[in-house]
Amino acid sequence: MSAPEMFMTTTQLAPKAEVRNLDFYYGDFRALNGISMTVHEHHVTALIGPSGCGKSTFLRCFNRMHDLYPGNRYDGQIVLHPDNTDLLAREVDPIEVRMRIGMVFQKPNPFPKSIFENVAYGLRVRGESSRRRIEEKVEQALQDAALIDEVKDRMHEPAYNLSGGQQQRLCIARALATDPELLLFDEPTSALDPIATASIEELIHDLKEQVTILIVTHNMQQAARVSDYTAYMYLGELIEFGVTDDLFIKPKMKQTEDYITGRFG
Amino acid sequence: MDIRKDIQRRKRLDALFGVLGLIALMIGVLTFVTLFADMAIKGLGRLDWDFFTSFPSRRAGQAGILSAWVGSTLVMVVTAFFAVPLGVAAGVYLEEYARKNWVTDLIEINITNLAGVPSIVYGLLALGLFVYQFGFGQSILSAGLTLALLILPVVIVATREAIRSIPQAIREASYALGATQWQTVRYHILPYSSAGILTGIIIGMARAIGETAPIITIGALTFIAFLPPSPVRPEPPFLSFEWLLSPFTVMPIQMFNWTSRPEAAFQVNAAAAGFVLVVMTLAMNGAAIWLRYRLRRNLKW
Amino acid sequence: MVRERAIEAVLFLAALVSVFTTVGIVYVLVKESVVFFQQVSIVEFLTDTQWTPLFDDAHFGIMVLLSGTLTSSVVALSIAIPLGTLIAIYLSEFAPFKLREIAKPFLELLGGVPTIVYGYFALLFVTPLLQKIYPELPGFNLLAAGIVMGIMIIPYVASISEDAMRAVPMSLREGSYAMGATRLQTALHVVFPAAFSGVAAAYILGISRAVGETMILAVAAGMQPNLTFNPLEPAATITAYIVQVALGDLPHGSVGYQTIFAAGLSLMLITLVFNIAGHVLRKRFREAY
Repeated sequence: MSAPEMFMTTTQLAPKAEVRNLDFYYGDFRALNGISMTVHEHHVTALIGPSGCGKSTFLRCFNRMHDLYPGNRYDGQIVLHPDNTDLLAREVDPIEVRMRIGMVFQKPNPFPKSIFENVAYGLRVRGESSRRRIEEKVEQALQDAALIDEVKDRMHEPAYNLSGGQQQRLCIARALATDPELLLFDEPTSALDPIATASIEELIHDLKEQVTILIVTHNMQQAARVSDYTAYMYLGELIEFGVTDDLFIKPKMKQTEDYITGRFG
Repeated sequence: MDIRKDIQRRKRLDALFGVLGLIALMIGVLTFVTLFADMAIKGLGRLDWDFFTSFPSRRAGQAGILSAWVGSTLVMVVTAFFAVPLGVAAGVYLEEYARKNWVTDLIEINITNLAGVPSIVYGLLALGLFVYQFGFGQSILSAGLTLALLILPVVIVATREAIRSIPQAIREASYALGATQWQTVRYHILPYSSAGILTGIIIGMARAIGETAPIITIGALTFIAFLPPSPVRPEPPFLSFEWLLSPFTVMPIQMFNWTSRPEAAFQVNAAAAGFVLVVMTLAMNGAAIWLRYRLRRNLKW
Repeated sequence: MVRERAIEAVLFLAALVSVFTTVGIVYVLVKESVVFFQQVSIVEFLTDTQWTPLFDDAHFGIMVLLSGTLTSSVVALSIAIPLGTLIAIYLSEFAPFKLREIAKPFLELLGGVPTIVYGYFALLFVTPLLQKIYPELPGFNLLAAGIVMGIMIIPYVASISEDAMRAVPMSLREGSYAMGATRLQTALHVVFPAAFSGVAAAYILGISRAVGETMILAVAAGMQPNLTFNPLEPAATITAYIVQVALGDLPHGSVGYQTIFAAGLSLMLITLVFNIAGHVLRKRFREAY
């Protein structure tokens, strides 16, 4: 048995989310076409593809971000386990979806508040009032995001004083503080320098034990470094999905191979 | 589920706030509608040909706004005569010619500051400077100059914004063909920004028509039973400027005068005058808004 | 080439007019005030509790007029600031696009009504209305004037605040929504704090407008100087006093004539302080993004 195969049989390979035949429309334009895929629990799944292939659009379906803008339409299902809820169903409130699924954005977007209040925001939004519980969770989240040592003496200073890499880790801590089941990363390091990028990648690797991760990246090497599974997308369609090592070493589809070898994109 | 109840509670607060916001907007709408209706109901009946062609009188039934609207018109002519060229020229200078130095900063700070000066202070400026120091007296000329200074920031800002929206590529194309700076301004910048500038001028004039405090301060009389001398004369040189130095009154002051009288009949006159004023300013502001809307829609660079 | 330079010089002079205007204002106000303060001590001006410049036993306590200005402004701002902010948040974060497109021009129209018309409205509609609730209310009072002034200022506060909030980048809002926040939570805890310098600038503009307003107060609050902080009384503001004097016939050069310049100077200083504060805040707001 190869190492990946052993990996697959020795760990529980439970699905966290199942995408079933997803279409997505910006008005009349079909941006996503018939996507079906499984996001495995406690693993990192990467979405790669050339600019405009729809990977960010796909990612933002998971937490109903598109609902914020008029004229968008979902068709198909994204089923979240273990309770089998279809995230895209109209009866399901987007707020509820976003309370279970967190997101880290391309450009760090801390709120104009202190470091502490940034991380505590999700808890306060939920109505958490116990000061002790908030402090515990904030500290835990900052620890999980590997930021605690750098900020423990200045928790009440403005978040804008932090460097770019630190701000991004703050945003990760902010998302972690509410114990999300699935964490979405939308090109989290494209605005950061290489050192900050490396620390975020290391963080992602450590985090997968506590939360399932879905990451969009335009950097193939990053996908290869960081993810267990990779999905290659092109023009709104899922071309190939598989174990990262397999996909990069021996892609099944020619389109995938062309992209990976740099023949285009 | 606890999470669902929490979401419901929060969404209810959301909806409540939406209602509050709408109510706040409605207060504004209600005030406007009430104000307009009140004046229409009380004053509309008074609006007849005689009202527009009679002088004010101690007898409410015979009083009219002739001297007031003629005065307003003449003052507006003077205001526009000064405010438009000065404002547009200043706007063009600041956008096309000015370099980044302390002089430009000084000018810009002044413009911003002047926009926030209470209108009555302009009246004091006019009183001390135009009426007495320069000796223009309590006249249409003084009033026009004062209002021109008052609305100058409005015209300048509108001109600058209109010019700013012209893409740099157009200027570069003009210069590349060998045009001078002034030629570029005259044949490109001004024509393309003219609609935006016009919008600003209309808004400024609408403001000027309704201004009362500075005109009172200059000393416009509240009871004028004559018209300024006509600008057009039957004998050569056919044009006269005597009217510039003539005493006068304007619409808002006439309304002020009638409002201050306790007799109910004068209040009817005030309502009628007010109605005319509101319709005028509404029409002008509405025209400016419509112009701006059309501009934004049709502007395809 | 000479022609180009000449044209530029002409345009430059036009731009300088604004500087000349400010210089003119300062010159006129200071010139007359200096003469005034040679006859009336500054201490007396600031501390006397009566304002009777035209009596034989003349008193020149600016406090009296200031109390009218202050009281009416407080009434006005307690309407304009809450309602203006509410409308701004609503239009920026809640209202559907079409409603916003109608509401913004409408607010502009509301702000374009001549103040004399608002004054008429305050005296002949609002005061009788208030008298139905409180019959002892005098015909001239600061309350009606303050209320109408407040409604007049709402469009200024709402418009500038709303612009400030719309300038907050969408990424900040998305960050909040992604945490499961509602529109209200996002508006109050993220957008409003982020836009705060711009909103504060709007508030300061509102204060400036309230302090400098003339006609609404001259018509509806009466022009009798009265040292009071009770809005149910009539009183004269600094601005209304100047109008009252201008309506009369004051000989050029008399003390009475000079009082309006001293009063005007006080007014200028007050609004200058607020304008500078607003300018500083607006610069900070622009730098933040």
